[in-house]
Amino acid sequence: MPGRAKKEEYKQVSVSEFFEKNRHILGFDSAQKSLFMIVKEAVDNSLDACEERAILPEIKVRVDKVKDDIFRITVEDNGPGIERTVVPRVFGQLLYGSRFHVLRQTRGQQGLGITASILYGQSTSGEPCIITTKRREDEVAFHFVMGIDVRSNKADLKVEEPIIWDRESGTSITITAKGRYVTGKQSIMEYLKEVAVVNPNARIQFTDPEGKTVIFERSINEPAKPSKPTKPHPYGIELGELLSLSQFTEASDIVKMLATEFSRVSENSATEIVQKAGVDPGMNPKELTKEQAESIMKAIGETKLMPPTGESLSPISEQFIRLGMLAVYGEERPSFFGRPVSGKVRIYKGNPFSVEVGMVYGGDLPADQPVKIVRYANKVPLLFQPGSCAITQAISDIDWRQLGFDQKQGKGVPYGPAIILVHVHGPRLPYISESKEAIAPIDEIMDEIRNVIRIEVRQLRKFNSRAERNKKIGEKFNLVSVVVPEIAKKASEILSREIPDCTMVITRIANVIFVREDIINENGKKISRSSVVNYTMDKISMNLKIVFPFGEKDMEIRDLEPSKSYIFDQELSGIIGGYSGAEYYFTGINPVYVQGAEELPADWNLKGVETVEE
Amino acid sequence: MRSNENTEETLKNFVRQIYDSIQRGEIPEIRLKSRTKENIVLDSLLGVWKYGDQEVLRSAKKMDGAQFMAKTLYTIQFILEMLGESKSSTLREMYYISEGWKDYKFTAQDESNLLVEDMEVITELLREDFHLRPEENGASIIGNITIEEKNRKNEFKRINCRDDVGDAGYTIPYNVESEKLRLISHDADMIVALETGGMFDRLVENKFDEDFRAVLVHLKGQPARSTRRLLKRMNEEMNLPVYIFTDGDPWSFRIYASIAYGAIKTAHISHWLAVPTAEFVGITASDILTYDLPTDKLSDKDVAALNAELQDPRFNTEFWKSEIETMLKINQKAEQQALAKYGLNFVTETYLPEKLNLRS
Repeated sequence: MPGRAKKEEYKQVSVSEFFEKNRHILGFDSAQKSLFMIVKEAVDNSLDACEERAILPEIKVRVDKVKDDIFRITVEDNGPGIERTVVPRVFGQLLYGSRFHVLRQTRGQQGLGITASILYGQSTSGEPCIITTKRREDEVAFHFVMGIDVRSNKADLKVEEPIIWDRESGTSITITAKGRYVTGKQSIMEYLKEVAVVNPNARIQFTDPEGKTVIFERSINEPAKPSKPTKPHPYGIELGELLSLSQFTEASDIVKMLATEFSRVSENSATEIVQKAGVDPGMNPKELTKEQAESIMKAIGETKLMPPTGESLSPISEQFIRLGMLAVYGEERPSFFGRPVSGKVRIYKGNPFSVEVGMVYGGDLPADQPVKIVRYANKVPLLFQPGSCAITQAISDIDWRQLGFDQKQGKGVPYGPAIILVHVHGPRLPYISESKEAIAPIDEIMDEIRNVIRIEVRQLRKFNSRAERNKKIGEKFNLVSVVVPEIAKKASEILSREIPDCTMVITRIANVIFVREDIINENGKKISRSSVVNYTMDKISMNLKIVFPFGEKDMEIRDLEPSKSYIFDQELSGIIGGYSGAEYYFTGINPVYVQGAEELPADWNLKGVETVEE
Repeated sequence: MRSNENTEETLKNFVRQIYDSIQRGEIPEIRLKSRTKENIVLDSLLGVWKYGDQEVLRSAKKMDGAQFMAKTLYTIQFILEMLGESKSSTLREMYYISEGWKDYKFTAQDESNLLVEDMEVITELLREDFHLRPEENGASIIGNITIEEKNRKNEFKRINCRDDVGDAGYTIPYNVESEKLRLISHDADMIVALETGGMFDRLVENKFDEDFRAVLVHLKGQPARSTRRLLKRMNEEMNLPVYIFTDGDPWSFRIYASIAYGAIKTAHISHWLAVPTAEFVGITASDILTYDLPTDKLSDKDVAALNAELQDPRFNTEFWKSEIETMLKINQKAEQQALAKYGLNFVTETYLPEKLNLRS
């Protein structure tokens, strides 16, 4: 290679210097995107830090206009804080971070983003960044004013001093940078809104340059489950990674290295690989040549290994998606909140990944607009390059017309009153570019996205037919509970007689158990009243499961007398967002006698993430 | 008309049936004659079409039936109140009064009209017995016939329908029974009933009533009950033959059929409204061909209406079958005023004398 021969002639370029000249690679490619990128990098770091320590995140984002096109961005969190001595390295050095070489699903993945943001700010505004951080175990916080020396790829520390900060722990970072503040689909506001959807346990506050503050309140007090770091699976390894791993490893020989540094490789299969590759099993890994590494790669491909586990995956979870969508999209009063669906663990090039889908439908959502697709990769909202993304493309491939959506020739993004949330997660997702703005449309991933969306959408179809049926049931209930008594009352009025007892007539007409929900106001409180009315001639017993958009309730009904009601009240006043109604499921009674509820599906609680069996 | 007491008792009996079945624990239901063209039969004695034996069941088991029952009860309660206070109301007023019935209000006036007709069928009373009247004016009459009508002072006033009226003629009131309207005398040979105002005015201007000793009646489209009832009374009590002169289209054929045979909607009172001897002298498909009249193409609705008439037992005669089929074949219809193609006097000098002579 000509480059290699003349290497000495080139000036050594530091990583910082390289990124300053090529900042588009990290997404700082336009004035309106740069402010967004800074917020995104800082917020992603905050959420990751909180998740690792099981802290309920509280994040405040503030964008102030300094002058003209210079803005000051402050992101403050209640995370664990950073030890004083590592601050210069964490923020001031590209490629520093604990995540390199560990296979684990996190938001930020390479430790590049926040330093690139500081670098971008410094080179466009001339201002250093300001960092304040405090750990729970420290008495005081530490305040830093810091730039980056691009030549040496190191922090250029201007101020470091202890200060009093009246909180237990947290980190605040302020970056001043050139940019353009925008609103709309690809804005800071939209980003934080989408962050709020998948982090219902976070309280997120945003103050825009005009001083307007929006708060996404926390709707669940439960920390997210952190992902577990796992070793890489050999099927997903690249040649360069294998070579660099052979330098890092503490294993004494190549067989031990394969068996200890990778998941799903036993000593036996390691020996098999090494033998197939024609490499000496006792060889010191540090002496591994490129040619030998290539042979090992080939041998790995020919060796049958257990597939990767899903342990390293960190789903948003069904409950979080449900609560988040309810809290954030509830204002648009959808008539249907789908039960979020999590797909199984799938493998792409030896790397595990999984897909989660949530959906809201109908209500006040616009029917004449394209459906809103909310994309996430590893819990990070994707706002850019929708057309190139596997999620958008997979949705466009589905024929939505049978579901009552408009779609030209059964291709493309459908039109209809729906918001579809798709989360693809896994430790090594393929992106279309370094700035990670869209998931690469790889067949395995697209197939799984389509697969999970179809499962989700099946519920919508059921919901639509259920809505039809509920209308009929509501009519019948109205008939026996309102109209027939009215006939009796009117007839008695005209004849000046006692109102006759209609119980027998009602039982003759209905002969069912009605399960229904009424939304009532009692003492200024909004209440969902579930009634089970026995219009049969016998005492009945049954088990009822009420599924609210925010959770489930199980109850046992025993010996309910004919023409008597069982009532369950659920207060709705504390519920954030609009309320779309409860669903009812039952067991323990002949289905022909029940109207307004469905038999509990047999696989009801087996729908979560399934890990591949060992 | 029945006495108020009789009406009240009949209505209460009906309510009692509903009340009693609820008390017995039985689902209340109402049976009434099916009011469709499939269920009309010729009463050969009277020569009119009446409802046959098919019944429909309105049961409280279904929402429709229960709603109907509840609305009927509200209506009965309203009627009983009117009877008690000696008031009456128009059908339209009752429709508006039903606003206060909330969930049981009428969704359209058609619904309340149909319900009142159903109640007539069920109770064998007339809407006049319920103190309900239509709001539309009756049609008008010009001709040498003398009647007496009771005015608001409760005095009978004598009117000659040729000499005592203006160009618009005598307006038929909604109640034409003998307690309101008496037929005194006439000097005429026939009644000619006209579908359109234009033709009515043409015949008046051409003095057809005087020249041919005819009483002219303007039907105003599909005639109101009172118009049909008065035609029947003039026909029976004064022995005047009735001729119906209409446009040549399927809707005009139905005007004739409702006068001569009875309307499907009101077949329960055909014996009281229909003039079985009335003759059709309107434009036929043959006339269109014979007189080479200016025409319009049949619309899709016209074609559907003609085809429906071919299935209608009232039109099951040689004459109507051949005229309807011809009209479908030539695919054309014509207005009665199309006769003006041959001048303003053609209708009175040629067309009507020919038609009437041919038939009488």
